[in-house]
Amino acid sequence: MAPTAALHLGAGLALKPQHFNEARDCRDSGLWFEVHPENYLVDGGPRLHWLEVIRAHHPVALHGVSLSLAGEDPPDAAHLQRLAALVRRLQPALVSEHLAWSRTGSHYLPDLLPFQRSTAALQRVARHVAQVQDRLQRPIAIENPSHYLPDAFGDWHHSWDEVDFLAELVQRTGCQLLLDVNNVQVSAHNLGFSANAYIDRFPGHAVAEIHVAGHSSDPLLGAGLLIDSHDAPVAPAVWALLNRFVARHGPRPVLLERDGNVPAFDTLRQESSTAADILAHHAVALPLEVTP
Amino acid sequence: MSVNTPLHALAQAIWSEAPADEAPAITRHPAFAVYRNTVLKGCVDALQANYPAVARLVGDDWFQSAATLYARAHPPVDGRLVLYGADFADFLARMEATHQLPYLAPVARLDRMWTLSHVAADAPPALPQHITSLPAEALATLKLAPHPAAQWAWFDGIPARTLWCSNRSDAHPEADPQPPGDLVWRGEGALLTRPALQVQWAPASLGSICFLDACAQGAPLLDAAQAASEAEPGLDLAQLMAQLLDAGALQVPN
Repeated sequence: MAPTAALHLGAGLALKPQHFNEARDCRDSGLWFEVHPENYLVDGGPRLHWLEVIRAHHPVALHGVSLSLAGEDPPDAAHLQRLAALVRRLQPALVSEHLAWSRTGSHYLPDLLPFQRSTAALQRVARHVAQVQDRLQRPIAIENPSHYLPDAFGDWHHSWDEVDFLAELVQRTGCQLLLDVNNVQVSAHNLGFSANAYIDRFPGHAVAEIHVAGHSSDPLLGAGLLIDSHDAPVAPAVWALLNRFVARHGPRPVLLERDGNVPAFDTLRQESSTAADILAHHAVALPLEVTP
Repeated sequence: MSVNTPLHALAQAIWSEAPADEAPAITRHPAFAVYRNTVLKGCVDALQANYPAVARLVGDDWFQSAATLYARAHPPVDGRLVLYGADFADFLARMEATHQLPYLAPVARLDRMWTLSHVAADAPPALPQHITSLPAEALATLKLAPHPAAQWAWFDGIPARTLWCSNRSDAHPEADPQPPGDLVWRGEGALLTRPALQVQWAPASLGSICFLDACAQGAPLLDAAQAASEAEPGLDLAQLMAQLLDAGALQVPN
């Protein structure tokens, strides 16, 4: 399934409530916005109203953090129902989630937690992705997570490589992929693999969206452990990974994430113009893969 | 719910202060702390965002220790963290450390009422003409429902509303002008509504709180008015109706 629906999306920004007015009024070409749907799954009031105002002026993507697709339990039915209602209401350009878990039984853990990539885990994630796609009546894009734990430690080990796991997930479910190049950089640094090799092996045809963000060193463990903190500008190495992927596969919607030390809207716009430049450069060099 | 699965073991190690002897080896890897810290910080930050007046009253250090205790005892049961902390006011009331701070749980309750008003369903508020256009004989049996975004409470013996609004950075002094310096230790009521998509609040008398309680239970106007007058002898019902309609506290009658 080619990600054709999103070809009009250029460099987008994670939408921050304090930037609502500027976001609504900005007319930058290719601009779009992404939100965590969890913050908008409410019955009514100002949050939904504002999101609809933004949607009236810009494409909007929903980037979920709590479906717990790699969890042992099926997706929370009530949550999925609310998400489906928001998708119907907003008609988002993209819907995405993470290759991670965040719930056991009725308890939510507000993080994107790691699991051992086994064949059983692949079957479980594929089942959950299919359930979500059936309920939403559209494909969702699955994001590669940041890793902090080694591939093998005691009885902890992965029987599947992450890129192979994601490629197989695409095969089995028809899902799309969200390539977070900052997560690739963070994980490659922490686990000692080649970020370039990971990017080169990534199934480019399935990538519907790319994330860029800043990272920082762990406050206790230091520069040996990078944290996907979203609280700093995008590192040069991360821009280089974006360029590497786009040079190979052509432009895709790129989203700049920022959650901590959030600067002014114009500063974020300026930063995301690097992504717009990379997309424009390769749009000229390489014809679009698919024309709707 | 099975509790012996691999992910349950990881979750237990995240929620517990120190991993148990039988916890998986990976939970003792130094980098596993990243997950434990992120999960707890996510819960504490959500509580701080949802209970800003409590946090301002007790200070960051005290708040964060109380929030950490709460998070371990009451993990989120919903992916929507704006709703996290439904039992936080009760939890504070039960804490031994708050026995000298009897106003803390009521202030937490008002923070929660703000959140519930903020996320409530949209509905057109009743206007004066919705009531005045009705024939006189219909008024006694008319059932008025509170607006979905209306929240109201009476705090016996505690000036909770005054304390709360002087610790909300989004307070509008003109709406509730009592200066904090003049704190009088007596009961107070609060009515929160959301006209024009913004939560606002005002003082509410015991009679108006009883009136809204009766309306919420489906009582007809005559019974609700009687309940209000019994709670507050001498209550001016016409003025009460005008206040409630002006605040957008009622729904358009069917």
